[in-house]
Amino acid sequence: MFGRYLRRELGNRRRQTVIIAIGMALAVALVIVVNAVSAGVKDAQAQALASVYGVGTDITVTSTPQRPDGTTGQGGPQQFDFGAQDGSTSTDGETQEVNQSRLEVARGSGTLTAANLATVAKTDGVASATGVLSLTNSTFSGTLPTFTQGQDGTQGGFAGPGQSSDSGSTDSAPTGGADGAGGSSFGIESFTVLGVDPTADAVGPLSAVTLSDGVGLDKSDVGKDVAVLDSSYATTEDLAVGDTITLADTDFEIVGIVASTDSSSETAANVYIPLDVAQTLSGEEDALTSIYVSADSADDIDAVQTALEKKLENTTVSTQADLASTVSGSLSSAGSLVANLGTWLSILVLAAAFLIAILFTISGVTRRTREFGTLKAIGWSNRRIVGQVAGESLVQGLIGGAVGAVVGLAGVLIVNLVAPTLSASVGSTGGRMGGGTDAAAGAAPTAAASAAAGDGTGQAAGGFGGGGPGFGGGASTSSTTDIALHAPITLWIIAAAVGLALLGGLLAGAIGGWRASRLRPAEALRSVA
Amino acid sequence: MYQLTDVSRVYKQKNRTVTALKDVTLTIPDGQMVAIQGPTGGGKSTLLQMLGALDRPTNGAIELDGTVLTKLGDAKLGSVRGSDIGIVFQGFNLIPTLTAQENVETALVPQKAPAAERAQRARAALESVGLGERAEHLPGELSGGQQQRVAIARALVKEPRVLLADEPTGNLDEETRDEIMELLEGLWRDRGLTLIIVTHDSAVARRAQRRLHIKQGHVREVA
Repeated sequence: MFGRYLRRELGNRRRQTVIIAIGMALAVALVIVVNAVSAGVKDAQAQALASVYGVGTDITVTSTPQRPDGTTGQGGPQQFDFGAQDGSTSTDGETQEVNQSRLEVARGSGTLTAANLATVAKTDGVASATGVLSLTNSTFSGTLPTFTQGQDGTQGGFAGPGQSSDSGSTDSAPTGGADGAGGSSFGIESFTVLGVDPTADAVGPLSAVTLSDGVGLDKSDVGKDVAVLDSSYATTEDLAVGDTITLADTDFEIVGIVASTDSSSETAANVYIPLDVAQTLSGEEDALTSIYVSADSADDIDAVQTALEKKLENTTVSTQADLASTVSGSLSSAGSLVANLGTWLSILVLAAAFLIAILFTISGVTRRTREFGTLKAIGWSNRRIVGQVAGESLVQGLIGGAVGAVVGLAGVLIVNLVAPTLSASVGSTGGRMGGGTDAAAGAAPTAAASAAAGDGTGQAAGGFGGGGPGFGGGASTSSTTDIALHAPITLWIIAAAVGLALLGGLLAGAIGGWRASRLRPAEALRSVA
Repeated sequence: MYQLTDVSRVYKQKNRTVTALKDVTLTIPDGQMVAIQGPTGGGKSTLLQMLGALDRPTNGAIELDGTVLTKLGDAKLGSVRGSDIGIVFQGFNLIPTLTAQENVETALVPQKAPAAERAQRARAALESVGLGERAEHLPGELSGGQQQRVAIARALVKEPRVLLADEPTGNLDEETRDEIMELLEGLWRDRGLTLIIVTHDSAVARRAQRRLHIKQGHVREVA
């Protein structure tokens, strides 16, 4: 009787059933789509972060950026010093070919020490930790006037913007240089280098790469001049396994090429070398720019972050959640859109659907006062009547849930077919992540500068070593990645959405049933008489 | 047998109180056919609701075959309605979305009768009121007289001891009225029912063994 009565009631009140079902279906579909897109955005953020910080990295520790001290090394302006005997002089003795390469920590970056790493590793809740040294290799190469040109022959160097020094001769036209009239032609090229611990592969930037050629760095590479290149950089520079690359005037053998696990993104640096070698060549013995930490479990991350902040002074301890906030670009916009508009829209539609279901059910009960009064008069119990009303609402919710699940799945399918591309920029300039980390984050940090100096009058050549922004120090500090949005569907989302529809139906049924149960048969019959 | 002792029913309506029944003391033996007449608002329907366990008196006691209805809780009263009392309404009160057969079956739901038994008993009840061939029709597809027959079948299918009818012929033409009354009288005679009919129609009332007149809450016997 319950089933037949229910079927007949729903069938005879199609309009109400359809309206409630549509409301529920819309809400369920929105919940499914918003949740799937939200999960997709989170995956994309994790993907963007993983390309920079590595898979499994829960926390990064960086030194708080420091004020440049004006010397070489960390924080100081880029400087190339050439002695009188540096470079090679041309056969006519009028031009000097120079080439010098420097490996330095990015300007403004602070550094950590091995002791910091040891402290991190000993902290409760830390599963593994590894340190990296993020550097920029800058190479100055070009043709200059012979260093002795225009001078008294005892001393070389450059004294000013295109002018001969006071001690130099001024009564004859300048000669030599790239243009034969005292001018210069030079180029400055820079790329990022990451010193990594070859013995650590569980966490850190190299945990998020795949080896596309050669071999990766391992224990046997400690102390060796070997390098692994980012595949994009290798392609750009036409380098391959077996070639050599020069870092700080030292030749490194390229032993491997790595690519990001996401084919559309680049890895954290252009070149990876053993940490100890990086420290030696950069003159930053025992220094690290970032420490990558993996927690024992996701639940421990906050506690580990707090513990590290207490233990380490002048450092910035960032979790994945903090790192996610550094993601910008359309991915960030999509994240905000989903988090704000999508979620609120879902809640709003869900609330509206619930309200519609409740109001229609109450209206239905009011309209059926005589019916329920009659049923009570012939002996139906309150429980039976509440069950009948609740059952009808529940089925309406179930229909809405089923239709909504189908519509929602179709919506997610459309999103996945369209697969909108989201761009993600990770990191910030000299920012809270620490200059070192940010430099490491620069996935395309090849900066090249060139200048052709000299106008034939000897007045245009700029001076060297006089400061300026510093090459390499201004290397790109963010990684931009294009990620196709994929909205994953889980059974949990579908079950939760349909569950919400059933809950809505049940809620409406419970309220409607409660009203029906409060009807006293005599009053119910009298009210229509 | 019904025994009403000093039964009063007072309704509170906003700023005033309405006394629908006042100190009614009444005995209705088993198997009697009683007609209750009186002016509109005199308390006829209220008395029927008391007898049908649809409402509770403000004062006094109502007994049905020794059971004091006024002391029973809502669930127990529902149970009494579901097994011992059949009610026929002036407006038929059939559920519009259910067929005649299903409407009759609703009366067997409180008895938790199995589906097959429900179907068989409902079909027999419909046949007893001459509507066996209309079992699958919806109320909207039946005439007024046919709908009232279905309502009577619904009231009787549970084999109650008492049948209460509130203006059972009030919505019917004369010819149909006589048919329905003949049907009710036949069932009363055949089944030994206690039949209590509220009616405005003196022609209907004259068919009863006993006539009661109720006015301003007071009941008196009509000779």
